[in-house]
Amino acid sequence: METVTLTPKAQPDLYIDAENITPDAFAGKTAAEIAAFHVHEGNQTGLLGTYFDVSGKAGATAAETKIVIKGDVLKVKYIGMRMTAGEILVEGSADMYIGAWMEGGRIHVRGNIDAFSGTGMKGGEIEVDGNAGNYLGAAYRGDWRGMQSGTIRVHGNAGSDIGTFMNGGTIIIDGDVDVHVGTHAEGGTIIVKGNGKSKIGGQMVKGEIYVFGTIDVMMPGYVYRKDVDLEVDGTKATFAMYEGDMGERHGKRKGEVIYGHIYQKY
Amino acid sequence: MAEYLIKNGFVFDPVLGINGDKADIAVKDGKIVESTALSNPQVIDAAGKTVMAAGVDIHAHVAGPKVNVGRNFRPEDKLFNCEAGKGVRRMAGGFSVPTVFRTGYLYARMGYGTVMEAAMPPLYARHTHEEMRDTPILDQGAYPVFGNNWFVLEYLKNNEMENVEAYISWLLRTTRGYAIKIVNPGGTEAWGWGLNCNSIHDPVPYFDITPAQIMKGLMDANEALRLPHSIHIHTNNLGNPGNFETTLETFKLFEGAKPNNDFGRKQVMHHTHVQFHSYGGDSWANVESKADEIMNYVNSHDNMTMDLGCVTLDETTTMTADGPFEHHLTELNHLKWANTDVELETAAGVVPYVYSPNIKVCGIQWAIGLELALMAKDPMRVFITTDHPNAGPFFRYPRVMKWLMSQKAREAQMDSLKWAEKVRGATFLSGLDRELTLYEIAAMTRAGTAQALGLADMYGSLKPGLQGDVAVYDYNPETAEDPELIEKAFSNAAYLLKGGEVVVKDGEIVSNGNKKTLWVDAKVNDNPQVRRDITEKFLRYYTVTEANYEVNEKVFMKNPYRIEVDATQ
Repeated sequence: METVTLTPKAQPDLYIDAENITPDAFAGKTAAEIAAFHVHEGNQTGLLGTYFDVSGKAGATAAETKIVIKGDVLKVKYIGMRMTAGEILVEGSADMYIGAWMEGGRIHVRGNIDAFSGTGMKGGEIEVDGNAGNYLGAAYRGDWRGMQSGTIRVHGNAGSDIGTFMNGGTIIIDGDVDVHVGTHAEGGTIIVKGNGKSKIGGQMVKGEIYVFGTIDVMMPGYVYRKDVDLEVDGTKATFAMYEGDMGERHGKRKGEVIYGHIYQKY
Repeated sequence: MAEYLIKNGFVFDPVLGINGDKADIAVKDGKIVESTALSNPQVIDAAGKTVMAAGVDIHAHVAGPKVNVGRNFRPEDKLFNCEAGKGVRRMAGGFSVPTVFRTGYLYARMGYGTVMEAAMPPLYARHTHEEMRDTPILDQGAYPVFGNNWFVLEYLKNNEMENVEAYISWLLRTTRGYAIKIVNPGGTEAWGWGLNCNSIHDPVPYFDITPAQIMKGLMDANEALRLPHSIHIHTNNLGNPGNFETTLETFKLFEGAKPNNDFGRKQVMHHTHVQFHSYGGDSWANVESKADEIMNYVNSHDNMTMDLGCVTLDETTTMTADGPFEHHLTELNHLKWANTDVELETAAGVVPYVYSPNIKVCGIQWAIGLELALMAKDPMRVFITTDHPNAGPFFRYPRVMKWLMSQKAREAQMDSLKWAEKVRGATFLSGLDRELTLYEIAAMTRAGTAQALGLADMYGSLKPGLQGDVAVYDYNPETAEDPELIEKAFSNAAYLLKGGEVVVKDGEIVSNGNKKTLWVDAKVNDNPQVRRDITEKFLRYYTVTEANYEVNEKVFMKNPYRIEVDATQ
C-alpha cells in the first residue's frame, strides 16, 4: 500500500469543502497532481496544494492507497466522502461530513469529528478515538435512507440525533450520547456503552439499540417484555428488553409483528 | 432580427404532411417563412439531421405551490444534482422537481418550446405565475383547477349554466389561466370530509352533485365559452386496480358532443395521464393492463384526445390536486407526505415515490404507458407525457421515445425487470411489434398537442406564418440503427430556435430566449349575480381579499400573451 501524506499549512479563513480527499480520487496520481486538485473555500475554488503540503504517492487503485493527514483539519469538510476502498488516517481532529456516503475502506481519526459524519454510509469502517458530533451515521436532510451498512466506532462521546433513519450497519459509542438516538430507524444496531438521555428509539420501526448505562427518560412508546442474557460487542450481561415504538406501523414476518428493540443493561 | 436558413435536414411535419423529406426551413423576424423571403440568412447545416417544430408539452407540473412543496421537502432531490452557472445559464439543480431554471434548460435541450402547467390552484395563481416568470425560454400557460370549486359545484347543482360560464370567465381572467382543469371531480372536495368519489356517480357530500355532472357541466361551459383548449380531465379513481371502468365511463359521458371554437381544436375533452387510469384486476396482486379496452374506445371516438403518463422507472415525486390519492399513496409507501389546504377551490398532496424495476406493479405500469401509444391509431390525438413528475421526470421523454420507436429497446428493458415474466403475463407489450416513426412522434409531441391546445396557429408545425420554433436533432433517420442514439439525440438538440432566435446550440444553452405567458380572456355578458357571489364568498370564507387575489400582469408575468375569445353572443 502506498501512502500520500497531507500536512496542513495555515488554517483557512473559511471552511473548505474537500470532497476529493479520498483514495478513489488520489489513486494513480502523483503528489503534484494531487496538489492541483480543486477544493472549494466559500464561493471560491482553490487548490488542495494551497492548504496542504502533499508528499508521497498514491497506489494504482483506491484499495492500494492510504492517505495520512498530519494534524488537525478543523475547517475541512467531506474528507473521505463517497470513498469505496483504501484508508484514511487523520492524526488530529476533523470537521463535518467525514466519510459521508462512504461505501468501503477505513477511516481512522485520532481526534474528534464534527456533525454528519458517516451520513448515508453504505459500507466500510469509521473509527474515532475522540468524540463525534451530532447526526452521526444519520440520513441526509430529507432522505429516508440513512446508514445502510458498515461500522462506526467512537471511543469518546457522541452528540444528538445519531443513526436517524438508520437502515443497517452498526454504530458503537464507548461514551455517552445526547438526545434522539435511532430516530425513525428501520434496521441496524446502535450500542451505547455510556449513558443515554431522552428520546431513544423514537419512531423506530425495526432495529436494535443497546444502552449499557442509564436512560434519563424512556420513550412512552416502548413496552418492557422480558430480561435476556446477551453478549454485546464482547460484553456478556443481562439486559431488559423493550419493544416499540408502539406509535408506529410495524411489518410482519411469518405472522409475527416486527418491533424495534431497546436493550438496557442491568 | 436575424434570418436563419436550416438547410437539408430530414423534416418531419404531420401538419404539412412532410415525412422525412429533405427540405430547407426558413425563419425571419421570429416567424417561419418561405425560403424566398430571406435576403441574407445565417445558414444552419442540418444535413444528416432531423428537423421538427419545437415540442409542445400539453401536461406537466413545472410551477406552482405543489411543485415548490416538493422542492422544499425533498432536499435530497438536489443532492449531487446541481450544476454551476455557465455563460447565460444560471445555477440549476434538482432531479424530479428541478428548479425553474433547470426546467427551462432541460426542456430546451430536448427541443421543446412550449410547456403547459397542468394544475394551478387559483388561490396560488400568483405563485404559479412567479415561477413561470422565472422559468427561462419556455412559452407557458397554466390551467386553473375547477373540478372541486365551490362556486362551480353550487352553480352546477342549481343548473345555472350562465353563472358557471361567467365564473369561469372571471377566474381565467383573474388568475391569468389558460384552460379548465378537472382533477378527481368532487373527490377532492369529498376528501375534506374524509371521503372520496371512487366512481363518477358517487355524490359529493353537501353539494349533492356527481362527478359525472361536474365534468359534463364544465364541458358544456367550455364549449359555450368557445375556449381554445377543451376541458382537461384527470378523472376519479386514479391509480386503483380495476379503474379502467371508471375511465371508460368518463369517456362515454362525452359521446356525440361536438367542439365549438375558432382555434382548430377538434376534441371536447382531453383525458390526461391515461396510464394511471387503465388498470384491470381487483387488487395489486392481480392488477393487469386494460390498455386494449381503453384504446379501442379512444381509437373509435374522434372527439377526444389523451396523453400517456408513462412510468419511466425512476425515483420521483408525485404531486397532484387529487388529495385522497396522495394519502392513499403515503399509506402504501410510508414515505413522507405533504397535504395543502387550498380553501374553497381544490387540494394538493405530495409524496415521493420510487418506481423500482424490482417491483411487479411498477413494471406493469411502465408497460401500460407504452402500450397506450403503440395501440393508438391516430397519433394526432395521443400525446407523450410522463405527467411530470408523477410517473417520471419530463427529461425522460427521449427515453420514452426510444421505447416507442424500438421493440429491441423495450424488450431489453422488459428483460431487466425482476418480474419480467409476470409483467409480460399481465400486459400486452411483448406482443406489440409496432415501432413508431419520427412522423408519428412529431404528431404526439408537437402537431397534435398544439392542435389540442388550440394553438395550431402558433406552434407544432413548420408552416410559414407560425412562430419560429424549430428543433434540429443530430439523428439521421436513414442510417441510425442503435436505439440508444434516439435517447441521446433527442436529449441534446443540436439546435433549438425559439421565436426565431437560437436558444440551444450543440446541446448547450446560448440564450434565455424571450418567453411568453399565454392566457385566455373569455368575454361574457356582465353577470351581477356572479359578481355579488364572488364578493360575498371572499368576505365570508377566503383568508385573502379579492385585492390580494388577482394576478397583476406587470408584476407577475413575463410577456403576457392574451388570447381573446368572445362568448357574449
